[in-house]
Amino acid sequence: MNFVANKSDLKVVGTRPVRPDGMDKVTGKAQFGADLTLAGTLVGKIKRSPHAHARIVAIDTSKALAIPGVKSVITAADIPDIPSEEAFVGEGPTNFRDQSLNCIARDKVLYEGHAVAAVAATSSAIADAALAAIEVTYEVLPHVIDVEAAMAEDAPILFEGMITQGVDPKPTKASNIVKKVAFGHGDWQAGMAEADVVVEGKYDTAAVHQAYIEPHACIASVNPDGQTTIFASSQGQFMIRQYTAKILGMDIADIRVTPAEIGGGFGGKTIVYIEPLAVAMSRQAGRPVKIVMTRDEVFRASGPTSGGTIEVKIGAKKDGTITGAYAMVKLQAGAFPGSPVAPACMCAFAMYDLKNVMAEGYDVVSNRAKVAAYRAPGAPISTFAVESVMDELAIKLGMDPIDLRMKNAAKQGTKASYGPVFPVIGFEEVLEAAKAHPHWTAPLGPNQGRGVATGFWFNIGGESSASVFVNEDGSVSVVSGSPDIGGSRASMAMMAAEVLGIPYEKVRPIIGDTAQIGITGVTGGSRVTFATGMATTQAAERAVDELKKRAAMIWDISPDAVDWKDGEAVPAGANAGGFDPLPLAAIALKAAKTGGPINAEVSINAQGAGAAFGAHIADVEVDPETGFVKILRYTAVQDVGRAIHPSYVEGQIQGGATQGIGWALNEEYIYDKNGRMDNAGFLDYRVPVASDLPMIEAVLVEVPNPRHPFGVRGVGEVPIIPPMAAIGNAIKAATGMRLVSLPMSPPKVRAAFDAAKG
Amino acid sequence: MPRLSYAAPTSVPDAIKLLAGAAGLAKVMSGGTDLLVQLRSGRTSPELIVDTKKIPGIVGIRETESGFVIGAATSGAEIGEHAGLCAAYPGIVEATNLIGSTQVQGRASLAGNLCNASPAADSVPAVIASRGVAIVVGPNGQRSVPVEQIVTAPGRTSLAKGEFILEFHLPKPKAHQSDAYLRFIPRTEMDIAVVGCGVSVTLDDNGVCIDARVVLGAVAPTQVVVEAGAKALIGSKLDEAALAALDAAARAACNPINDKRGTIDFRVKVAGVMARRTAAIAFERAGAR
Ligand SMILES: Cc1cc2nc3c(=O)[nH]c(=O)nc-3n(C[C@H](O)[C@H](O)[C@H](O)COP(=O)(O)OP(=O)(O)OC[C@H]3O[C@@H](n4cnc5c(N)ncnc54)[C@H](O)[C@@H]3O)c2cc1C
Repeated sequence: MNFVANKSDLKVVGTRPVRPDGMDKVTGKAQFGADLTLAGTLVGKIKRSPHAHARIVAIDTSKALAIPGVKSVITAADIPDIPSEEAFVGEGPTNFRDQSLNCIARDKVLYEGHAVAAVAATSSAIADAALAAIEVTYEVLPHVIDVEAAMAEDAPILFEGMITQGVDPKPTKASNIVKKVAFGHGDWQAGMAEADVVVEGKYDTAAVHQAYIEPHACIASVNPDGQTTIFASSQGQFMIRQYTAKILGMDIADIRVTPAEIGGGFGGKTIVYIEPLAVAMSRQAGRPVKIVMTRDEVFRASGPTSGGTIEVKIGAKKDGTITGAYAMVKLQAGAFPGSPVAPACMCAFAMYDLKNVMAEGYDVVSNRAKVAAYRAPGAPISTFAVESVMDELAIKLGMDPIDLRMKNAAKQGTKASYGPVFPVIGFEEVLEAAKAHPHWTAPLGPNQGRGVATGFWFNIGGESSASVFVNEDGSVSVVSGSPDIGGSRASMAMMAAEVLGIPYEKVRPIIGDTAQIGITGVTGGSRVTFATGMATTQAAERAVDELKKRAAMIWDISPDAVDWKDGEAVPAGANAGGFDPLPLAAIALKAAKTGGPINAEVSINAQGAGAAFGAHIADVEVDPETGFVKILRYTAVQDVGRAIHPSYVEGQIQGGATQGIGWALNEEYIYDKNGRMDNAGFLDYRVPVASDLPMIEAVLVEVPNPRHPFGVRGVGEVPIIPPMAAIGNAIKAATGMRLVSLPMSPPKVRAAFDAAKG
Repeated sequence: MPRLSYAAPTSVPDAIKLLAGAAGLAKVMSGGTDLLVQLRSGRTSPELIVDTKKIPGIVGIRETESGFVIGAATSGAEIGEHAGLCAAYPGIVEATNLIGSTQVQGRASLAGNLCNASPAADSVPAVIASRGVAIVVGPNGQRSVPVEQIVTAPGRTSLAKGEFILEFHLPKPKAHQSDAYLRFIPRTEMDIAVVGCGVSVTLDDNGVCIDARVVLGAVAPTQVVVEAGAKALIGSKLDEAALAALDAAARAACNPINDKRGTIDFRVKVAGVMARRTAAIAFERAGAR
């Protein structure tokens, strides 16, 4: 389908209809991961390591197995010891062996909360008793938590064979440094030499959790013939199937995964933790096994994103032209390789058109839970530092911070700091909209300040499948393989309705299980409305082609002589003949007589994802006596390409900004001296509550992506990138103090005031 | 397998008999907003739960000749809706209404907040500041205990086996007497006090303070009555010097720990800040009465 350049040609796209899944959700009928129970279901629970780092000397499960009602007890010995194998599943590069070892430890535990055994029993109390009866003998090893400590010469080593990749010459000694990455072009040092002003700083951020409201949950049932069904809450049913098959050495065709409704994921549900264990126990017990993590387990053993340190140096001419930029990013990977250090480096300077730029980074393991993707993985971390330094640069140059960014803004044709040349992008339009917004010039009171910061995210395409079924009454079913996290059912139905020329209400979207629809990548990378939307659009077009063919058959003319207009077949011109329009429903009714059911299925690997940029403006008031930072006003401007359903786009932006505000002000993993997490609950892991926030105003800038029929760019990730720096910059404006360490919690802010006073 | 029994007696003697007669751990339950959470998390595993809410009079507020009687299990929501109490003890009401959320307010009680014995309990500094007295019943009869004598350490109270709190008594407020409560939390709600402060003051007709109580929460193993803070206020109209002396007294009274909720340094400094801000509100309210 050709790109629809003109918004006024659209009837459904851009409107705000009621979401198809809304009724189920508000009435409590929606089936989330924990909501399905089959006859004979057993309660599965997991025994976890109390130590941050230890060798497993022995595990004795005999006492647990002897308890009446205990139907299965497993350890790593009950699942295959699979070889190291790199793969790309979920939202990034991964290694199947690491995933297996993260699901259940073999030989060594690498973080507190690491699974060592699992039980399935007839009741929760019996399962608890069985967990207590499992005896694990550990040899406790020294542990290391923080990234720079883990990089030190004398740090305890997690993996004896880990030789840092990407450095020359290749090291001879094992370390916790997985790899070094570098992205850039030009000569950044020469750039600094050209500069009139150089600003630099070292920043650090804390590990933060995705904090989805629904804990990981699944139910698995294995038949004696090995046929396996899994019902699980995740960002991808195909991802669960692939991991489970690999980890358990099964055929993919023997596993059917049904996606549950999902109560938030934000990237954290793009890997498996419990499904292989539930399947392994169901196989042993011959009964369905359900595992539902507690919040405590979610914090201790499922993926947060990395904390890290970031050093940034930027040089500029007096007029604001940046002559050189450099960043060094060191990120915690948790217990297995795989921090988002590459995207952190790639995104750090992507907002700017730079001649000389370099971002280098290290992926570092330590005795923390393995990190998982979290909204724009890596970008918020590096951007916090870069956009704080940009603010310092603006102050030093005496320039308006939006003007400074405009002066250096990336645009079409800019060679991005991470390599490619940008096609049509909307960063300048975003900056213009931010500057023109009344918020930018509104008056402020005492102890108040305003900050601005920007952010970039690639957005991705990838594998997606969708089918369109034209029902005999003219209504239409749309099936896709993408779990709906942010309102994508509505968007799919809207795009299909637009192409078919029928009302939105005539289209019912559903999400298929792994046996009902073609392979579809995870709901992540802000890809669904773009990629699955493209598959849906193409399937709807094929259905239209078929409808036209059927009309041609009914009229006995050539299909080329039929046009499709507003949901009806019409003769293409006067020569085609004088037929009355044939509405979709009329054609559908006659489908049996014209060749059978009218359906279309499309599977694609979508290319041409559109990068997106955002600029956030935050007003804060800082209490100098308590260090409390109140967010007074917040405006998030973003190039969304084109908003299919503007309310859900605004919702994504508000949600991302909210999570960024939590990251900025209060969220952090706190460890005690034994390497145990000290705040594994929502009381002391502080996500923002509603009363902490003003209404977040989302401003949608639409610079359509010409590679998508309706101009879609991804929207879900950009909004979590700018908040930390926007708030830090606002605090600077309010108090004159630069906070370099996240979270900017009251004790830290008050300590900064005290230090400033001397 | 562990077993748990539940009883909801309809009289004080029945409740005492159940509590005193239990072989293992028996827990009194008012609203259950602490107890049930702890039960689920495995922090407590009683063999018996005695729900007091069916005991006549234990839920409700009475205004008497000498002041107010608040039933031990009266919910925060009911306390917040009692016009007489709101006018007489706005500090106690605001402290109680800070507990949790609307849902929690439907259940959470003063007795539970006190007997859970958390240093951070919100209502407790306010009740102590206004000289609340707990009426304790048990196998050996009934006794009146000043509220500051109930909590002995985190998670521990001075109540003996078989004893529980039946009600709280508050004196009728004098002319120009009022109170206030403030807490510091890193968010705006659904959080636990890093510092809590209850202040009660009585002024003379000229606005000079003639009586005061300053009580801090979350800065020591139990709530702290800051005698020097009261001294700083008495005789003053809350001028700069009095505020500075109060701030210093509050800081000196702190004996906090470094933990995930705040450093010692932060807690001590904020205790001084909260004391000043709370006193200012109490003075303003007292002056207006
Ligand atoms: C979501 C949430 C938010 C919360 N927020 C706050 C907050 O902001 N501030 C705060 O201070 N607390 C907070 N709490 C804790 C709790 O709600 C309060 O401590 C509440 O006042 C407890 O009252 P309750 O009646 O529910 O106590 P219960 O749970 O019934 O009892 C608590 C303890 O007191 C004992 N007890 C109860 N009644 C008696 C009695 N009559 N005599 C002797 N012992 C008794 C019980 O045995 C138990 O040990 C929160 C709790 C939750 C779940």
